[in-house]
Amino acid sequence: MNSKRSTEILVGLFVAAGIAALFVLAMKVSNLGDFTDDKGYEVVANFQNIGGLKPRSPVTMAGVRVGRVTGISLDPDTYDARVTINIYRQYDNIPVDTSASIFTAGLLGEQYISLSPGADDFYLEDGDVIDLTQPAVVLEQVIGQFLYSTAEGD
Amino acid sequence: MIELLRSLGRWGLNTFQRLGRGHMFLVQMMAGMPSLTFRFSLVIQQLFYVGVLSVLIILISGLFVGMVLGLQGYNTLVDFGAEESLGVLVSLSLVRELGPVVTALLFAGRAGSALTAEIGLMKSTEQLSGMEMMAVDPMKRIIAPRFLAGLISMPLLAAIFSAVGIFGAFLIGHGLLGVDDGAFWSQMQAKTDWYEDILNGVIKSIVFGFVVTWIALFEGYDATPTSEGVGRATTRTVVHSAFAILGLDFVLTALMFGDI
Repeated sequence: MNSKRSTEILVGLFVAAGIAALFVLAMKVSNLGDFTDDKGYEVVANFQNIGGLKPRSPVTMAGVRVGRVTGISLDPDTYDARVTINIYRQYDNIPVDTSASIFTAGLLGEQYISLSPGADDFYLEDGDVIDLTQPAVVLEQVIGQFLYSTAEGD
Repeated sequence: MIELLRSLGRWGLNTFQRLGRGHMFLVQMMAGMPSLTFRFSLVIQQLFYVGVLSVLIILISGLFVGMVLGLQGYNTLVDFGAEESLGVLVSLSLVRELGPVVTALLFAGRAGSALTAEIGLMKSTEQLSGMEMMAVDPMKRIIAPRFLAGLISMPLLAAIFSAVGIFGAFLIGHGLLGVDDGAFWSQMQAKTDWYEDILNGVIKSIVFGFVVTWIALFEGYDATPTSEGVGRATTRTVVHSAFAILGLDFVLTALMFGDI
């Protein structure tokens, strides 16, 4: 009877350790921890070109992460990219005339959206659209323009 | 010439018969499952032999696999000045591939071979037929609890393996090589997705647990009831499990991450 009891205790420990390991993977390793706090609110920004932006790319303001990209689609009328951004709930005082630009982290790193705040008295709310946007810089275009301008200078 | 054809035909027939018996066995095993709800203590006992006794080998292998990954990954990444990505490299390779696959291979060697030998010996000493004489269905009493125990322990073991491996990589990366710990964890969290990566890894480990336990139990149940037959069945368990794991891993990876 005693050995059965210790068997059961050890099995219980094993199952608990397995579940704890899954929990650690969920919270410490994956991004699930981000989703557990409030969902925040969604705004939309239209870009001419989003470069290599992907869903789940970070959205920052002054370098601080304030949200992430949740969806990307093509606007059928204007042929612009329609980027849906989820902003964390605690950042609820972002002015309406905030502008969004797509930058690259490092020379070849991943792309992210940087918000620079405007001065308006009204704040962005769920479903609002950010009008002032600056498209991603495509390296080939920059090099092309540079070569073109140096050729003209000669 | 005719003899050659004949032996080929015999081999084919044997293979197909074994495959058929294997699937019949699976169906019978599944039919034995519902009766386990009344006798869950049998499953707990098997969880001890299949799961708890495998924890130590999983812990040690996981730690060392993670440490090696950390060391090798660092050496490659540091050339590109990207050693902060070590966390991503380690977590994705462990959670997606190495965790489920290596755990399943170890599981086949540690628990699968033991299951085959145990059941093969039960068969050769006629304990199984003895049970049938007493109107106890060995499928329900012996096979089904072991199968369920294998199915439950594999994902748990794989999760332990991945978690310990990431910890091992962190020990080497942060402690020995001096990668910034904030960058290590934050990059890992930014790139590892709960559904895409971790849950798919868990699904993989459940599939592997299913296949390995099925092969192990069937080989034991189908073994020639001699000491040589049991030995060969045990070897076959490990070999066939390894093939099944690696082949299925490719198929599952193509389905989950291949964007087909």
